[in-house]
Amino acid sequence: MDTVFGISYDGGVVLATDQVNARSILMYQQNLDKIAELSSHSAMGVSGPNCDLVNFSEYISKNLKLYELSNDGAKLSTHAQANFCRGELAKALRKGPFQVNVILGGYDEKAPTGGSLYVMDYLGSCTKAKFGAQGYASNFCLSIMDRDWGEGMDEDMAVKLVEKCIRELEMRFLINQKNFIIKVIDKEGVRTLKYGADPADN
Amino acid sequence: MARRYDSSTTTFSPEGRLHQVEYAIEAINNAGTSVGILAKNGVVMASEKKITSGLLAQARTSEKTYKLCAHAACSVAGLTADANILIDQARLRAARYAYQYQEPIPIENLVEHVCNYKQAYTQYGGLRPFGVAFLFAGYDEAHGFQLYQSDPSGNYSGWKATVIGANNQAGKSLLKTEYGVSKKDGDGDEMKTDDAPLSDVIEMPDVAEACRLAVKVLNKTMDGAVASAEKLELFTMSLDEAGNCVHKILTEAEAKAVIAEVDAEAASAGDT
Repeated sequence: MDTVFGISYDGGVVLATDQVNARSILMYQQNLDKIAELSSHSAMGVSGPNCDLVNFSEYISKNLKLYELSNDGAKLSTHAQANFCRGELAKALRKGPFQVNVILGGYDEKAPTGGSLYVMDYLGSCTKAKFGAQGYASNFCLSIMDRDWGEGMDEDMAVKLVEKCIRELEMRFLINQKNFIIKVIDKEGVRTLKYGADPADN
Repeated sequence: MARRYDSSTTTFSPEGRLHQVEYAIEAINNAGTSVGILAKNGVVMASEKKITSGLLAQARTSEKTYKLCAHAACSVAGLTADANILIDQARLRAARYAYQYQEPIPIENLVEHVCNYKQAYTQYGGLRPFGVAFLFAGYDEAHGFQLYQSDPSGNYSGWKATVIGANNQAGKSLLKTEYGVSKKDGDGDEMKTDDAPLSDVIEMPDVAEACRLAVKVLNKTMDGAVASAEKLELFTMSLDEAGNCVHKILTEAEAKAVIAEVDAEAASAGDT
C-alpha cells in the first residue's frame, strides 16, 4: 500500500516516501516519517506495516550506531550498511520475517559519484541501483524514472524527478496519499527537504 | 608468599599483580624473535626460526607467519599450539565480518577481537592464559598499512617498528636509533647514543630498506649466531598496481640477497 522511492544523482541521493499509517480499511495517521536516518550520511526508506517498519528501522539504525561506538567512531560504508541490512532481513526470513521493503541511500567520500542507492525486499534480495521504487507506486514511477533519469543529474533535477513521480501518483493512483516526505543525502549529511505534514506533530 | 597466588590466574596477589599472566609474558621473552617494521609502501615482518633438530621433517608451511585474510597476517612468538587457536579465531572473525558486511575487516577490529579472546583467559576460572604474543600486519582503506603488537594479557598497541620474543629490548633500542634515519645521516661523523632524541619527522623506509633493517635487528637479537637464510623468515606485505594486498614470504635465495646487502653495508660502515 505504501510508497517508497529513491533516486541517485551526482553527489548524493534523494529518498521519498508517503506519510500514511494505515491498516485494513482504517487510516491512523498522515504525518509519518518512514525514512530512518541510519548514520550521519545514510538513511533508508521503509515500507510495510507500521509495527515492522518501526521495529526494523530502529533495529538497523541502533546496530549501526553500536558499530560506530565500538569502533572508535568509524562509520560503515553505504555498501556495508546495505549488506548488513540485507543479512538481517535474510536472517529474519527463516524465523519471523520483517514485512518490510527497503530503499537505502547513502553518501561516501570514497564512492565515485558520492551517492549510492540499494533496493531491498523482505526476502533478503539486494541490488545496487540508480533509482528504485517499492510498492504499488513502482507501477507508475519506474517507467517515469527510466525515461527521465540520466547520468550527471544534479540535486535539483533529482528532486524535480521525485516530484514528478509524486504528481503522477496523485493523478493516477487509486489510494489517497496526500502527504509525502522527501530527504536528501549528500556530502553535508541527511536533511529533510520537505514534507506534506510535520512528522513531529504526533 | 607469591606461591599462594601462582596457581590461579584469576586472583590478584596482595601487590595487585596477576602472576600467571606475568609468567606467560616472561615465557615469550625467551621465544623466537619477531621483528615488525612499518614501511611507507608496506609492512615487513621478520622472524627467527628456531631449528630444534636436523632430523625433523621440514614444515610445508610457515610456522612463524600466518595469513589471516586477504589483507592481514600475523607473526607468532610463543607456543605454536596456543597460537593456532587464536589464529583460527582471527580467521573466523575476518571471514564473518566479510560475510556480514561484504567488506574487508578493519585491522584494529580484528586485532581487538583476538585480544578480547586472550583477555578472557586471564579472568575466567580454570583457564591459563595464552602463551603467545603476536605481531599483526595489515592494510585497510581507512588507515593504510598498520602494525600491531599483542601480549598474553590481551593488551595491544600500534607501532611503527617493534620486536617481540627473545632479546626484544636490544632489538627495540636498535630500531629506535635506526628507524626512519636515512642512511646519509647514519654515515655522518656525529656519534650516536642510545638516548639521542628522535627527529620529529620520521622518514619511513620503503619495503626493501625495512627488510634490511629487520635483518639487522635479528642479527643483534640472535646474539652471536649469524642470521642465515635458513634461520630467518622474511615476510612482506604490499599493494600491487590493482590495489590488492600481496603477501610474500621471501624465498631462501631472496633472503640470502637481503642478508648479503646488510653484510655489505656493515662492512663498508666499518671502513670509515
